[in-house]
Amino acid sequence: MSGQQGMGDGFLTTTLDAITNWGRANSIWPMPMGLSCCAIEMMAMAGPRYDIARFGAEVFRFSPRQSDLMIVAGTVTYKMATVVKKIWDQMPEPKWCIAMGACSSSGGMFRSYPVVQGIDQFLPVDVYVPGCPPRPDAVIHAVMEIQEKIKRQKDSFQDSFLAEDDAPQVRQPESPKEKEKLTVSE
Amino acid sequence: MARQKIYALLEDRDATLTFEEDDPLEQTMVLNMGPQHPATHGVLRVVLKLDGERVVHAVPELGYLHRAMEKLAENKSYHEFMPYTDRLDYMSPYSNNTALCLAVEKLAEIEVPERATYIRTIACELARISSHLLSIGALVMDTGALSVFLWTFQEREKIYDIFDLLTGARFTISHCRVGGIASDLSKECAELIIRWLKQFKPKIQEWRKLLDRNRIFIERLEGVGVISKEDAIAIGLSGPNLRASGVHYDIRRDEPYLAYNDLDFEIPTFENGDSYARYQMRMLEMEESVKIIEQALRKLPKGEVRNEDAKKTFPWKDEIYHSMESLIHDFMMTDSGIQMPKGEIYHAIEAPKGELGFYIQSRGEGVPWRLKIRSPSFCNLQALPKLVEGGMIADVVIIIGSLDPVMGEADK
Amino acid sequence: MLNKVSIALQSAFPKALLETTKFRNELTFRVKKENIREISQFLKEELGFNLCVDICGADRFNEEPRFEVIYNLMNLEHNTRIRLKVWLEEAKPHLPSVISVWPAADWYERETYDMFGIVFVNHPDMRRIYMPEDFEYFPMRKEFPLVGVPGSIPLPEFDERAQNLDAGKRYNQGQRI
Repeated sequence: MSGQQGMGDGFLTTTLDAITNWGRANSIWPMPMGLSCCAIEMMAMAGPRYDIARFGAEVFRFSPRQSDLMIVAGTVTYKMATVVKKIWDQMPEPKWCIAMGACSSSGGMFRSYPVVQGIDQFLPVDVYVPGCPPRPDAVIHAVMEIQEKIKRQKDSFQDSFLAEDDAPQVRQPESPKEKEKLTVSE
Repeated sequence: MARQKIYALLEDRDATLTFEEDDPLEQTMVLNMGPQHPATHGVLRVVLKLDGERVVHAVPELGYLHRAMEKLAENKSYHEFMPYTDRLDYMSPYSNNTALCLAVEKLAEIEVPERATYIRTIACELARISSHLLSIGALVMDTGALSVFLWTFQEREKIYDIFDLLTGARFTISHCRVGGIASDLSKECAELIIRWLKQFKPKIQEWRKLLDRNRIFIERLEGVGVISKEDAIAIGLSGPNLRASGVHYDIRRDEPYLAYNDLDFEIPTFENGDSYARYQMRMLEMEESVKIIEQALRKLPKGEVRNEDAKKTFPWKDEIYHSMESLIHDFMMTDSGIQMPKGEIYHAIEAPKGELGFYIQSRGEGVPWRLKIRSPSFCNLQALPKLVEGGMIADVVIIIGSLDPVMGEADK
Repeated sequence: MLNKVSIALQSAFPKALLETTKFRNELTFRVKKENIREISQFLKEELGFNLCVDICGADRFNEEPRFEVIYNLMNLEHNTRIRLKVWLEEAKPHLPSVISVWPAADWYERETYDMFGIVFVNHPDMRRIYMPEDFEYFPMRKEFPLVGVPGSIPLPEFDERAQNLDAGKRYNQGQRI
């Protein structure tokens, strides 16, 4: 479909994609959603020994508007879930999410009434990090996985540079019957 | 129109600017701080009512990290609950382990070998240093200086190395057992502690040289968040925050537990009760902790590190592989837990944040009927409205930092 | 000191003091719930129990009366600790607040209310402290399941559009991302 618009999977776009992805992957700005124990290990990751700056992700931004990776570190309770979601919604696209530790991945050892059993019930998680809490090396590995994922992403150049007005128009289905036809033909 | 008038008045150097009564700038304003805020030390939410820069009213709201620790305790045996205590005050997991074990041992009247007691003492003091390090680092970061935070974190990493060698885990350790500890202190580990202490002592002096008489730092902290002796007792402060207000009370000395009775150390106190006193309290306590560790290492007795009473403590792992009785005991302990007498006890220790107590009601089963955690951070936070009201908005962050709450413990 | 406390309480409140137990050298007094405020006042002013360490509730479940509230007190001068205990019926779990005696009781009482539904009369701010305001249950009661009641606290909805796996493809189809 995109080929008809003149920006297909050609040589130019893939190269531009690669450049965009390279830039994005090496300058991740994490949003430290430090909730409990894992937050300390996340700080250790940013600290002098493990030094996440080697991967270009040391710029911890406490404002969601300035960040593109959310590290949910710690137990998410139902009371906190709405807050986490609100902050996630404020982050600009494209954005990624790491569920750090057993609690945010699956509820972990807290199988109890106030704890959300895994943040993937309301957030799209890209990388799960096991451990209670995981060692900083494991979180660095997770950041590297995110980098790999960014590098594999397609059409990222178009996403970042095409304005909304230039978006290719697709005819909206009018009646339910026609809509059905459309989906079948696709 | 009104705005243009204000601008015109601002141009004139001699004019005094007055606002009309219904001007929104004249009214009080409500500011919501947290739960996601870089300086709230976790997921604390404080709703502040402001009159300009001044705080009129403050309401802390908790519960964003309520994880039902007490309800979980009622559904777990005493040993199963041990890993949960690690996650209470996650700056100093060893203190929490020890507090639970001491409470259970008091309830079941289990004797602990002396060597285990000494190792627990050493580890508890290491945990205290590690907790105070983070507290000071975060406090100084709140005042606007980042480098001290990186320095203290460097030392914390070294303490983690020691815990790694001592317990097998770096952060959440669960090393205590009812009736002793999980593994002995090896010779290499003792040497590592001594080596670390040697280079740590000059570091404290270095930091104190930078901070103690630093004018910017003092002006930021002195006279901020003052609480008097009577108020501190009335509101239920404990630990370093209480001692900073001039109450000479420390459970390590007044109700000695572990090996503190045999060790020689001082309890520093300050009279001012402000943020600067609370900061100094922690610095001095670290120095005392260094002294305690050195003495305990010197006095470290030889012998067993776990009670041999098979009905009350877990057998060693290698025994399980070789002896049938040990295997049966291991099954029994894992399945039904320690058989406790009927009754209720309260035991408190001096955790880095204050008095950490466990109140246990037992009905003679392997699980507690009711287990209440008296967490110091919860009680210390209660003083927050009293401390910030009447002060400036910029000081709220400093006061939270100087109270040093951990939300894992405050919310349970 | 502990004996002194026992004798003093016995002579001052002979009718309100119901039971005295000593276990592992710790004293517990069970008192009438109507007199809890006067007894607290007496303990603080006459016997010097100036620090209220903790207040907590407990559920006796299949026994009557069902609830109990435990006051954990301390005398900072002599380093003595005692406990007060009050029993409450399930039908009307109300008792007087001791916040005027120890200001520290504020949050402890709120926590007890949040966990057990025990109402402290004359407390200025009787709200839940941990759970959301609209939560209907009292979670530390024994009949409340550990894993909770599904759907009792709302969870934000999963936003399908937030998945950026095929963002480019969807963009090309003309959807907003």
